[in-house]
Amino acid sequence: MSVHVEPIRVYITIFLALMGLTVLTVWAAFQDFGVMSNPIALGIAIAKATLVVLFFMHVRHSTGMTKLVVAGGFLWLLILFGITLSDYQTRDILDPPAAMTMPVDVPGPAHH
Amino acid sequence: MSNAKSKERPEGYPDRHYLNAAHGLKSWFLTTDHKRIGLLYLLAITLFFFLGGAFAVLIRLELATPGGDLVQPETYNRLFTMHGIVMIFFFLIPSIPAVLGNFLLPLMIGAKDVAFPRLNLASWYVYMAGGIFTLWALFEGGLNTGWTFYTPLSTVYSNTAVTTAGIGIFITGFSSILTGMNFIVTIHRMRAPGLTWFRLPLFVWSQYATSLIQILGTPVLAITVLLLALERTLKLGIFDPALGGDPVLFQHLFWFYSHPAVYIMILPAMGVISELIATFSRKRVFGYRFVAFASVAIAILGFLVWGHHLFVSGQSVYAGAVFSVLSMLVAIPSAVKVFNWTATLYKGAVSWETPMLYALGFIGLFTIGGLTGVMLATMGIDIHVHDTYFIVAHFHYIMVGGAIMGYLGGLHYWWPKIAGRLYPVFLSKFAAIIIFVGFNLTFFPQFILGYLGMPRRYHSYPDEFQVLNVMSSAGATILGIGYLIPMLYFAWSMFYGKRCTQNPWGAKGLEWETASPPPTLNFDEIPTVTEEPYDYTPKEVQHAG
Amino acid sequence: MQASSHHSSALAHHFDSFEQQRESASLGMWLFVAQEIMFFGGIFTAYLVYRVKNPEVFALASSELDLTLGGINTVVLILSSLTMALAVREAQLGRGKGVVSFLIATLVFGGIFLGIKSVEYSAKFEHHLVPGEHFHFAPSQEEMDHLWETKGFTPEHIDRRAEMFFSIYFAMTGLHAFHMIIGMVILLFFFRPAWRGRYNADYHNPIECFGLYWHFVDIVWIFLFPMLYLIGRA
Repeated sequence: MSVHVEPIRVYITIFLALMGLTVLTVWAAFQDFGVMSNPIALGIAIAKATLVVLFFMHVRHSTGMTKLVVAGGFLWLLILFGITLSDYQTRDILDPPAAMTMPVDVPGPAHH
Repeated sequence: MSNAKSKERPEGYPDRHYLNAAHGLKSWFLTTDHKRIGLLYLLAITLFFFLGGAFAVLIRLELATPGGDLVQPETYNRLFTMHGIVMIFFFLIPSIPAVLGNFLLPLMIGAKDVAFPRLNLASWYVYMAGGIFTLWALFEGGLNTGWTFYTPLSTVYSNTAVTTAGIGIFITGFSSILTGMNFIVTIHRMRAPGLTWFRLPLFVWSQYATSLIQILGTPVLAITVLLLALERTLKLGIFDPALGGDPVLFQHLFWFYSHPAVYIMILPAMGVISELIATFSRKRVFGYRFVAFASVAIAILGFLVWGHHLFVSGQSVYAGAVFSVLSMLVAIPSAVKVFNWTATLYKGAVSWETPMLYALGFIGLFTIGGLTGVMLATMGIDIHVHDTYFIVAHFHYIMVGGAIMGYLGGLHYWWPKIAGRLYPVFLSKFAAIIIFVGFNLTFFPQFILGYLGMPRRYHSYPDEFQVLNVMSSAGATILGIGYLIPMLYFAWSMFYGKRCTQNPWGAKGLEWETASPPPTLNFDEIPTVTEEPYDYTPKEVQHAG
Repeated sequence: MQASSHHSSALAHHFDSFEQQRESASLGMWLFVAQEIMFFGGIFTAYLVYRVKNPEVFALASSELDLTLGGINTVVLILSSLTMALAVREAQLGRGKGVVSFLIATLVFGGIFLGIKSVEYSAKFEHHLVPGEHFHFAPSQEEMDHLWETKGFTPEHIDRRAEMFFSIYFAMTGLHAFHMIIGMVILLFFFRPAWRGRYNADYHNPIECFGLYWHFVDIVWIFLFPMLYLIGRA
């Protein structure tokens, strides 16, 4: 019946972890990880968001229904991203890639 | 004489009920009673229905002749745009959930009210605020983009009231979201003791599925329309091709909501039909669990198919092929429902009451609408008939032949519960039949017109299409009269109709186990549920079996 | 019927128990958060599509943003999330004064965030980086020559794609800031009941639901920071 009250030390620990991850993501942004740099930045952001959801938003101690709603929300976001990108990522198969980036009326580099 | 008759009270008719529990405008406009809020919605959406209908009348009048002799092309563009916006966002989407759902959901699950009664009232005010913006857009001269708001027409070229109408839709969307939230929490947390998930009426299942779409889909439309408004007002060029923006992205985001929105319209109607078929066949719905899960399946699959609106918009052909296949999958749960309703009728004690006429009409019309939907999901056919009257006919069979038939059927079925009074039997059956006839005469010729190549959204057409267009316009006249009749006798019945008994249909379901009209808190004592839904088998047979 | 007739009790008439009331509120709020996820989802999709289409120009435009201010704001917002979580905890324990102090802290951090954000915005106005007629993006000659040689991008092409980046930047951060302003206004309404000791272990769902909203707004920023400020820095 009664609610679960987290000890203060849990909140402080999570806050410090979030600070640590913020420093980490800024540091990582200046390293050359090649193709991995975007996934690393995104991964750190997901880790931070997960900490906030689980601890600050108490999902760790919530009912299964709440967990389902959270999971469902993010799943639907992935549906929106995934299916939209499936269009954009397959358009080039028919067109030469240059057509996407090369403007037709290229006068050469005029300077402002 | 009829006055004396209307004062007769059948046995058990309540002295106090939600309609006379309090008097005065304040008691209505500040009510938190879900039943009164349902009636507020009923009034509001009826007004919008006849406003949208007025635009339809002008459209059909213009199309009665091949030449553009009634209105200017620009006026015609505004007419079909306002017709679409009003009918979709202000009538069809709120129709069954906000009127019948609001009224019935707590009654059906044995609750005193929805989970958030004040939020429920707020949703009505939000709806009205959105409606006012839309009317304002009308006074600004309307808009000419079609209800789809496609960019760059809506952002760069149109100098009509796009922003105002967009704000109206943005606001109204939140009314839909709030209703969806309220219903899901109500169904989860407010059920009467013993009312397990598989004892829920199928109407409740369909409302649940609908609410999922309202919550997960509507916000995407909201942000899309907001970005559109920002592009028009603040020059943030999210969809602007000049900045490398992609108008097709607008279509993706728009249809992410607006295709599932079709299921916001049809799923509640399917829920109504399940109730009607069970009651008027005196049988348990065949394959109850399949029908229940089919609602959820339609809600989920509905989110994976939006790209079939973009077959000719520059979407990649590979994505198009995937969307084509996914779209056809929706036919499976839809067919499950149609087959199971038909199987429920089989060897049932079918009676031909007015609501049942609408239910049977629904099954036929929805089947035509659904099967032509499978045709359109096939890319080869869609590319041929895209933006023709074939599409127009198809979605009107779903939205008018499906959703409005379901809405009217439900209204006739639960009217004794809502008003505690009856409506004229013969007149109501007559209206049901002429609506069916008028509907088919209006929209079946449009299938042929589209197949022959008449494009949609033009105010004039070649002479050879006139016969079919005149048929369509004649049908629309019949249909319009058909819709006026119920409005008149419902309004009459609310005050002067013969008072009815608690359960005039002899139907099962918790909503019939309380007085008609119900008391403000719905039940004198919260019921405990011990049996399956639609348990029409006589008790002695059960014991023998 | 009217809730006002039940002043003595914090339990609404249509609920049977505090547990039912609290779980209803919590589920309702989470559904609202799911709705918010999809609301921001639409514009995140736009970001994703255009970022994939124009990685080079987006990286170049991103470097115009002030990383120091963005980083400080990230810290400030997470701090406000911490104080918000602690305010809810105080409410659960029935300590009204504690709730009030942590709410003040949350409000202050929220204010600092918006203050820094407005400093950033005004810098963008000064540098002609606000989309519209006056937009003018001027990366170094070296960068422009590089993009011409490797990708064939004209200065005009770069300018237009950068305008797209800033359109998305202003839409996303503006929407986020708008959510914060709404949140800070709603927050003001919690002071009175908190001060009067209305919240306890049974009844604290309003402030808990508000906490969920505040944390959600924090999460949005957690994603906006790397997406807008950190790309292509290496």
